[in-house]
Amino acid sequence: MADLNQKFDVLVIGGGNAALCAAISARRAGASVLVLEGAPKFYRGGNTRHTRNMRCAHDAATDILTGPYTEEEFWDDLLRLTGGQTDEELAKFMIAESKDILNWIVEQGVRWQPSLGGTLSLGRTNSFFLGGGRAMLNALYLTAERLGVEIVYDAEVIDLEIEQGMFLSAKLKQPIDGVSDIRASALVAAAGGFEANIEWLKQYWGEAADNFLIRGTPYNRGSILKMLLDKGVQDIGDPTQCHAVAIDARAPKFDGGIITRHDSVVFGIVVNKHAQRFYDEGEDIWPKRYAIWGRLVAAQPDQIAYIIFDSTVVTSFMPTLFSPIAGATIGELAGKLELDPAALEKTITDFNAAVRPGTFDHTILDDCRTEGITPPKTHWARRIETPPYLAYPVRPGITFTYLGIRVNRQARMVMKDGKPSANMFAAGEIMAGNVLGKGYAAGIGMTIGSVFGRVAGREAAKNARNW
Amino acid sequence: MHGTRILDEADRLMTVCNSCRYCEGLCAVFPAMEMRRAFSDGDLNYLANLCHACGACYTDCQFSPPHEFDVNVPKTLAVARTESWTAYVWPRAFAGVFARNGLVISLVAALSVALFIFGFAARHDSQVLFGVHTGPGAFYKLMPHNAMAALFGAAFLYAIVALVMGVRAFWRDIGEPIGMKTDAAALFQAIRDAGELRYLDGGGVGCFNEDDRPTDRRRLYHHFTFYGFALCFASTSVATLYHYLLGWQAPYPWWDLPVVLGTLGGIGLLLGPIGLLTERRKRDSVLVDEARYGMDVAFIAMLFLTSLTGMALLILRETAAMGPLLALHLGVVFSLFVTMPYGKFVHGIYRFAALVRYAMERRAMAQGAGE
Repeated sequence: MADLNQKFDVLVIGGGNAALCAAISARRAGASVLVLEGAPKFYRGGNTRHTRNMRCAHDAATDILTGPYTEEEFWDDLLRLTGGQTDEELAKFMIAESKDILNWIVEQGVRWQPSLGGTLSLGRTNSFFLGGGRAMLNALYLTAERLGVEIVYDAEVIDLEIEQGMFLSAKLKQPIDGVSDIRASALVAAAGGFEANIEWLKQYWGEAADNFLIRGTPYNRGSILKMLLDKGVQDIGDPTQCHAVAIDARAPKFDGGIITRHDSVVFGIVVNKHAQRFYDEGEDIWPKRYAIWGRLVAAQPDQIAYIIFDSTVVTSFMPTLFSPIAGATIGELAGKLELDPAALEKTITDFNAAVRPGTFDHTILDDCRTEGITPPKTHWARRIETPPYLAYPVRPGITFTYLGIRVNRQARMVMKDGKPSANMFAAGEIMAGNVLGKGYAAGIGMTIGSVFGRVAGREAAKNARNW
Repeated sequence: MHGTRILDEADRLMTVCNSCRYCEGLCAVFPAMEMRRAFSDGDLNYLANLCHACGACYTDCQFSPPHEFDVNVPKTLAVARTESWTAYVWPRAFAGVFARNGLVISLVAALSVALFIFGFAARHDSQVLFGVHTGPGAFYKLMPHNAMAALFGAAFLYAIVALVMGVRAFWRDIGEPIGMKTDAAALFQAIRDAGELRYLDGGGVGCFNEDDRPTDRRRLYHHFTFYGFALCFASTSVATLYHYLLGWQAPYPWWDLPVVLGTLGGIGLLLGPIGLLTERRKRDSVLVDEARYGMDVAFIAMLFLTSLTGMALLILRETAAMGPLLALHLGVVFSLFVTMPYGKFVHGIYRFAALVRYAMERRAMAQGAGE
């Protein structure tokens, strides 16, 4: 057990990918390091638990990557998906650093594998963790422990003592040992966003947030983020925005992870609680279509919707955790979903009548579309007419929030007055908004975490040892 | 719904895992799972026997307990595995043996040892029993060679027939036609996978035993045990050839092939089981079928005793202890043979069959993708 009375060189608050990369890199640079993870050991790692890959630039194919993904291409992708809401200097720095992360992370015990079944579209750009995100975390924790990093779980930080941009101490609250002051020469904040803090989400979303499901652990409460913003650190990113996908309404309130999501929208139609369609289900191909449906459902009454399809398409998408709800007739299905049977029958009849003939191909923007209904379904439109009729109820599943704290290239926090902090650094989701002001692409959160975690740890160690 | 609660649970887990797939690089179970969307009893029994119980998928799983999804694949498949052996056992009357395996194996072992000692004592006066016998044919002064060959030949044959019948039922249940001569490549692949214990490595770092630190010790001890057993078997086979083809009678000098093979194998079969038992006792109970502890220990103990009595016989064969030790060794070996189809030994047979099936499926998939 760590002696918490000593003054550490580097205090890392958080326990995910960014926190562990920071801890390891600081320790390798010679610093004494304490990691305070707010969650119990099983739930350690925040959203990293549920990740599975990382997007890194590389100039040539590797054992597990099918081809090159240059810095330029990565930058183009980032520019497009954020709509320009990115700090170009930081983003290009991150992309350049990501190349070496492919090797560095392996040196920390993480193992790669080729893209998983069903994700071939990522085979060139994204390296997958063998065994998934928790396996990645386990490897990082083992390495950190081996190097002598001190780690405390169930370690809730309830206050930070910061004077004029300088971190002095943190107030730690533990279930058994109670409250104590932790002193360190430098701080790395890597404690994620506030997606599990329903009260905070309600500030922007109102009562609708009560119907949101949170895809990660209940420990992503954003308390460190809030303390830092309250104590003079500059914010970045739209506080009202979060990344949300459509997940099964039967999923648990927290930590359902990746397995509750649905990607069957293109194979049917989506209706709200009034059995009305509300958006073009055939607008775009994966992954874009996947990322918009959370927000679309969040805007519907009671934040619920139903993906409706028929028995001909059941095997067209990955097996799902929850079985679809089935009815021999549209009316029976409507009854089970507690929708108005007449309204659902009319919606489907109108849709079927509007479907034009075409050649179905879900891998491209095909020519199967509707005519004469609003909203249209512009691709992959096929009649829903072969019983049993099937449905998945879906709700918004919140992945992460965009509000963060501003950092510079050293991952050093920038204060409201524009001056860099004396000894505070940030990495991971808590500062992701610097690079990712909007949108998302698979694996980019992990790149931000590893690159800025490594930098933050290194810089914090340098900072502490020059003290 | 399936026939048993454990198969229902295995089905539930495979549905969870199939919608996640993060573990597909760890072993053969998850790629085999991905080839299916729905799981019959046979499919689940196939996956259960394909699982080498390395524990990596438990340690790596974001949904393992205390998560409410309660995903514990190693334990569930371990229970399903034993239940599958119970379901396929031949003759059916012996199905109950798996449930009380430690007790049954101990009783059979004690009984057969007693039988040999009693038999030797009844047939010979104490001068022969405790006499010093040396040179070719020394063992047969206590038990005629033909009697020994007939008794052990029959026991071995019975074990083979019972094992074949069980695996045949398994093979049918997982939907494979009897006979697989046509797929020599898959057979060869399975021999390699089994020989290396390829899937007991947690995807490369080693398996999980007492905590979340991977180790390769179980694989090492299993190699000692398996190859020790194989060398002992080879020793017996060579000795049989010596006897019938060349007319050379046991015991053989220490430098002769049967003794060299038997000694090397015996050492493996002492070290391996000790290691396996140590690891088994340390193993995190969350990963294993606790009800099967007796069966695991019984099998390990029988292998250890086979070697221990054999080695003692080798060392003391020119002393007065040879008679009683021969009775002890033959008793242990006899009980090992007759209980083979009804204990942990069968795991190797079923797993090999599952590996053959997996190799066939992989080849079929690769050919399908190539077309």
